[in-house]
Amino acid sequence: MEQLMANLKRQIIEALNLKHLKPEDIGDDQPLFVEGLGLDSIDALELIVLLQQQYGIKMANPQDGPKVFKSVKTIAEFIQANKAAA
Amino acid sequence: MALFIKGMGNISAQKTWDVDALPKEVVLPSSDRFTAIEPDYSQYIDPKSIRRMSRIIKFGVSAATLALRGANVNVPDAIITGTAYGCLEDTGTFLSKMIENNEVALNPTPFIQSTHNTIGSQIALLLQCQGYNQTYAHGAFSFESVLLDALIQSEENPDRNILIGGVDEITDVSHAIQKRFEIFNQVANGEGSAFFVVNGQPTNAIASIDSVATFYKPDMTIIRDHLEESKNLQIDLVLVGSADSSQSPLLMNNVNQAFPSAAIGYFKHLCGEYPVASAFGVWLGATVLKTGKVPEGVVKTRINPPKKVLILNQYLGKHISAIMMSAC
Amino acid sequence: MKGKVYVAGAGAICAIGNSLPETLRAFQNKTSGIGHITSLDTVHKGVLPVGEVKLSNKDLALITKHKSVTRTALLGIHAAQEALNSSGLKDISRYRTGLISATTVGGMDLTENFFVDFSKDNSKGDLNDVVNHECGRSTELIADALNIRHYVSTINTACSSSVNSIIFGTKLIQHGMLDVVVAGGTDALTKFTLNGFNSLMILDKEPCRPFDATRNGLNLGEGAGFVVLVSQKVLEEQKLNASVIVSGFANTNDAFHQTASSPEGRGSFNAMKLALEVANLQPADIDYINLHGTGTVNNDQSEGTAVKRMFGDTLPKLSSTKSFTGHTLGACGGLEAAFSVMAIEKQCVFPNLRFTQAMPDIGIVPQTEFQSTKVNNVMSNSFGFGGNCSSIIFSKA
Repeated sequence: MEQLMANLKRQIIEALNLKHLKPEDIGDDQPLFVEGLGLDSIDALELIVLLQQQYGIKMANPQDGPKVFKSVKTIAEFIQANKAAA
Repeated sequence: MALFIKGMGNISAQKTWDVDALPKEVVLPSSDRFTAIEPDYSQYIDPKSIRRMSRIIKFGVSAATLALRGANVNVPDAIITGTAYGCLEDTGTFLSKMIENNEVALNPTPFIQSTHNTIGSQIALLLQCQGYNQTYAHGAFSFESVLLDALIQSEENPDRNILIGGVDEITDVSHAIQKRFEIFNQVANGEGSAFFVVNGQPTNAIASIDSVATFYKPDMTIIRDHLEESKNLQIDLVLVGSADSSQSPLLMNNVNQAFPSAAIGYFKHLCGEYPVASAFGVWLGATVLKTGKVPEGVVKTRINPPKKVLILNQYLGKHISAIMMSAC
Repeated sequence: MKGKVYVAGAGAICAIGNSLPETLRAFQNKTSGIGHITSLDTVHKGVLPVGEVKLSNKDLALITKHKSVTRTALLGIHAAQEALNSSGLKDISRYRTGLISATTVGGMDLTENFFVDFSKDNSKGDLNDVVNHECGRSTELIADALNIRHYVSTINTACSSSVNSIIFGTKLIQHGMLDVVVAGGTDALTKFTLNGFNSLMILDKEPCRPFDATRNGLNLGEGAGFVVLVSQKVLEEQKLNASVIVSGFANTNDAFHQTASSPEGRGSFNAMKLALEVANLQPADIDYINLHGTGTVNNDQSEGTAVKRMFGDTLPKLSSTKSFTGHTLGACGGLEAAFSVMAIEKQCVFPNLRFTQAMPDIGIVPQTEFQSTKVNNVMSNSFGFGGNCSSIIFSKA
């Protein structure tokens, strides 16, 4: 889980071009959207692509986004749950 | 009806940002690709906003910021931009990925950023400007269309501060394709972003833009007639959008006939050839009218401070435009 | 300076017809033009419904008596020719005539083919496929076909593009710079836009349901729509039969987000408000609104909120014709302007297909049937990416 979250942080920074941040700047439970990192709807779409490209997981419904992408931890949990199912 | 320039910002192949005039030491193209010299963007754009911005957006936002600072205007009433090719880098990125990935799992960001109006919209978003917002995308008439729109707006309300600009970029892909058309034999491929804050009030103006005319596939007789009609305006200097006199001999013939006593200068050896190069020409014209000095790199002989400048641009022979400017 | 600007002619080509009269029949019969992809070679064939024009490039070239160029240009030539022909204008060369077009894709329909070979090897790919890529070239191909040289320009403000063309054309006539303007826009379906919108996850896998509570996105379409604008002087000299004028217009920016509209629809609200002011009309004077109504969750919510705030209790009849044509991007303003003019000329309003349930909290029920009714003033909305919001009002002269 720790390794997955560490990887995710690196991948998020790269995918969203958050050049001013380092992985250690992003807390496991830190809100990613609205407050916290202040990401927006385009970033949510990019995260959906990231899930597909890096983890082979397809999120068919963008409406699930807010729940899954709440924090790095919730994304990691989603990945683990879906990888197990696959 | 005229547009009075209150602030300017220019990013080009010369170090033209944050200066009142063309630098004494000019850069000349060393190949057929004349790349712009870019400023430190952190001076003009907040790092959090910059992450999605491609090069052309940064060009546009920083030149616009410079113009607004110069004019002491926080939020303009209108934003009008001209760009022939729009956001080429993002267009190329999305296209390549679409082909490479066979239309699967595509990143949305380059698509969103690829539209021509992204530049003008980004500026509006950063400034929270809810006013008139327009983008012209007509090749070498893109910036001229901007000027005409602004002239009309200003006639309707001279107090409106209008942010206007012309911006186009070169990318590896665009250069490779354009080169195959063999259009860079006489002048290098160029890029740049020139923005101005203008309104209809003459006080404290850098210079004025009095009129703009565009000629699509014209006979030279139409150009000749237009130039003849401008004879009585007492033009001191004609800035020609060519690298030198050999580039458009027919046009130069008509210019010399219509304005025998005017000084003739060229500017495309300074900025390169690109559809909105006339915006660089207008910046140059404004600096000349404000300072009274014509750079040696533009006109070899010394002349008196010009009061009336004609920017006569031509793009690959098919698009010709005439922009009249005056000292204030 | 501010004389009346008349609409002397209009032309359209889209999924429901190759001419304006054909589209009227589709509206009357409630025949949607949205269906499966047939022409594009894409993985989304059979998955994403679109509004295709039912003519191939070969057909278009034959009909317009033009060589085959980009599809965007061919569609534009087709509609602009119809507009000019319907105007009754004889010999536009004696007037200062301009063409102001709009497009978001330009020649991308051919460029994206070029790229397949080019991306493997820079020296490959047919240059003829990219020579007309740039937006302005589409316009110039139309100008050349119509013999217009005096003034040409092109606007690209995403989905509000061709309304802005008509607004600029109107102003040029009002300011005495031009006498006649052919204004509108054109866009062809391309893999680029299809995949682009798909990456934004706003395409519906079903035919779209604008303003419906269960809507789930838009369907892309293609087409072209142009109007011929003339000054009072030209109208009188040529003894034209124009019965519609451009009475109001506005261009504002939402300045909220690059792709999403503000929830309260402030950009749309301001555009409609300003257009009414320019027209010197009250909300209650509007008989019909041709909504932008793409069918996305965001647009319809935002536009619906703004419409409700603007019109309150005096809601006019309204509908989204995108339920018939799909979203034609840069062409939609021009196309829907042609429909709006037709609404006044034929005294009718058009239905909004596939509507069953109003959006909760907004409660707007669009027109679901074709109806012959009094129509004096029509408002047409076009809102695009980048927050570009435009609204135009056509009125009986």
